[in-house]
Amino acid sequence: MISIFSLSKGSVYISIEDIWLAIFRRGEEINQTIIWDLRLPRLISSLLVGSALGMSGALLQGMLKNGLASPYLLGISAGSGLVIVAFITFGLAQIFIPIAAWLGAIFTTLIVFTLSKSGNKISIERLILGGVAISSLFGAIQATLLLQAEDGRIQSALTWLIGSLNSRGWNEIRITWIPILFSIMLSLLLARQLNLLSLGDELSMSLGNSLFRSRCLIGAIATLLAASAVAIGGLIGFIGLIVPHFSRLLIGSDYKFILPLSALIGGLTLSTADLIARSGPIEMPVGIVTSLIGAPIFIIILYKRSTKKIGMY
Amino acid sequence: MELIFKSFSTGYTKSKVVKNVSFKLNVREWIGIIGSNGSGKSTLLKGTLKFIPTLSGDITLDGKSIKDHSRNSLSKKIAYLPQQLNNNLNISVEELVALGRSPYKKFWDLDLNNKDFNIVKKAIEIVEIEKLRNKFLNQLSGGQIQRAYLAMSIAQNPNILLLDEPTTFLDIKYQIKFLESLKQLIKNNGISIITVLHDINLAARFCDRIAILKNGKLIDINTPKKVLTEFNFKKAFDIDSHILNTPVGLQLFPVSKK
Repeated sequence: MISIFSLSKGSVYISIEDIWLAIFRRGEEINQTIIWDLRLPRLISSLLVGSALGMSGALLQGMLKNGLASPYLLGISAGSGLVIVAFITFGLAQIFIPIAAWLGAIFTTLIVFTLSKSGNKISIERLILGGVAISSLFGAIQATLLLQAEDGRIQSALTWLIGSLNSRGWNEIRITWIPILFSIMLSLLLARQLNLLSLGDELSMSLGNSLFRSRCLIGAIATLLAASAVAIGGLIGFIGLIVPHFSRLLIGSDYKFILPLSALIGGLTLSTADLIARSGPIEMPVGIVTSLIGAPIFIIILYKRSTKKIGMY
Repeated sequence: MELIFKSFSTGYTKSKVVKNVSFKLNVREWIGIIGSNGSGKSTLLKGTLKFIPTLSGDITLDGKSIKDHSRNSLSKKIAYLPQQLNNNLNISVEELVALGRSPYKKFWDLDLNNKDFNIVKKAIEIVEIEKLRNKFLNQLSGGQIQRAYLAMSIAQNPNILLLDEPTTFLDIKYQIKFLESLKQLIKNNGISIITVLHDINLAARFCDRIAILKNGKLIDINTPKKVLTEFNFKKAFDIDSHILNTPVGLQLFPVSKK
């Protein structure tokens, strides 16, 4: 329903019949162009990015056993943000921004993981603190670059940093749909490992689970998802943080259900947020909408959790 | 399946917490470990499960050193319950117990097969929580949670069960009930058990043998009758005590030091 609504809404209204005609390449030419070149890729982008962020957040909150974990915690925002800002301020080819952001995110997460490794153990605490440290370091460099940038460029950098799905086309989707769908499939296989981790480190080891292996695997897939999402939409906030909480509120803490539900709710939430973002008189970056609406919802969830007894992760 | 400790030492980084411990856990035997705080009771269990490294000596399981057992093969033979169990999980009792089947599942096996389901069902019956099967863990009382986790360990189908202070958070009724169900488990399933117990009198009532640790060293291991002596308790806990013979066996009454 949201999908259809989001296809019909926009500066030009298109009726449901016309949408169907346009999808099958019939009807008025202008409608076909609007649907196929503008709205459909944008809808698909929002679904892909939303489900990737929701799933990635659920994976990381489960792995780190921390309800405050978001997909960006392990250095993804820092790495991709820095690369994006560098590309824009130095005026490098804009077309490569998605792929560069993707690489920046993955590379930075690799650094954070390497920092947290001692022997064949990965310390959760060091992982989180490493992520925070690298983020503030890269954040400082990023701020310096932004200050040096020419006026016009700051605007376009900001759009990436806040997160927007404006004018996302088949090009971005083509690069990212494979890693996103692949990771989502693989994530579903990680449900048992996440459930085991939620029992505590020792109990999970005594049930035959290798902490090192499952942390690397879960971290890698969560990173792949978040990096791919960033490559399309920039640093869209709050979806990855809130959606897993919302899933837990609905169905408890069994990751067999949390993971698929988080992907589903993530996709729906982001496409709704994007619909709101472009429904106003001026189009807002969707990242602003998710944070504006997400923050109050998060507060409500936190409040409910303290009154009812709801598991944190 | 026998578990043999041969001058086994373990601990963190380089310092030995458990030193040169030697004893053998026989089939269908229940050994209770007692000792003061920091005497190395829990550490001994952790070393057995390879959470921390063997620093010297060895433990053999089924004639094979634990060093040569992979984590997975160890998890099919030894089940473990730590002292602190996560009781704030929003998963059903049945889902929790089903996690006990993890060692037998491959990465891509998302669901349990019929055989697993039967084992899970049976484990739930053994600890008598059939009625709680669909309840969420965080809706249960401490005693029920403890039994749900025990069911998970039973579903793991181990030969040996290692329990770290399983009765700490239970009231008297559930303490006795829980320990009695362990006794049944030994009788019916032929497993062996090592428990760390704070309550010496409970250990004396239920365990076949009692091991006393002091500063990581095994100072005595024998039947309750032989271990429970005023001399031993002076040595292990630095307290004076009276040992009384009661209808449930020898019981210890500590007296404050003069």
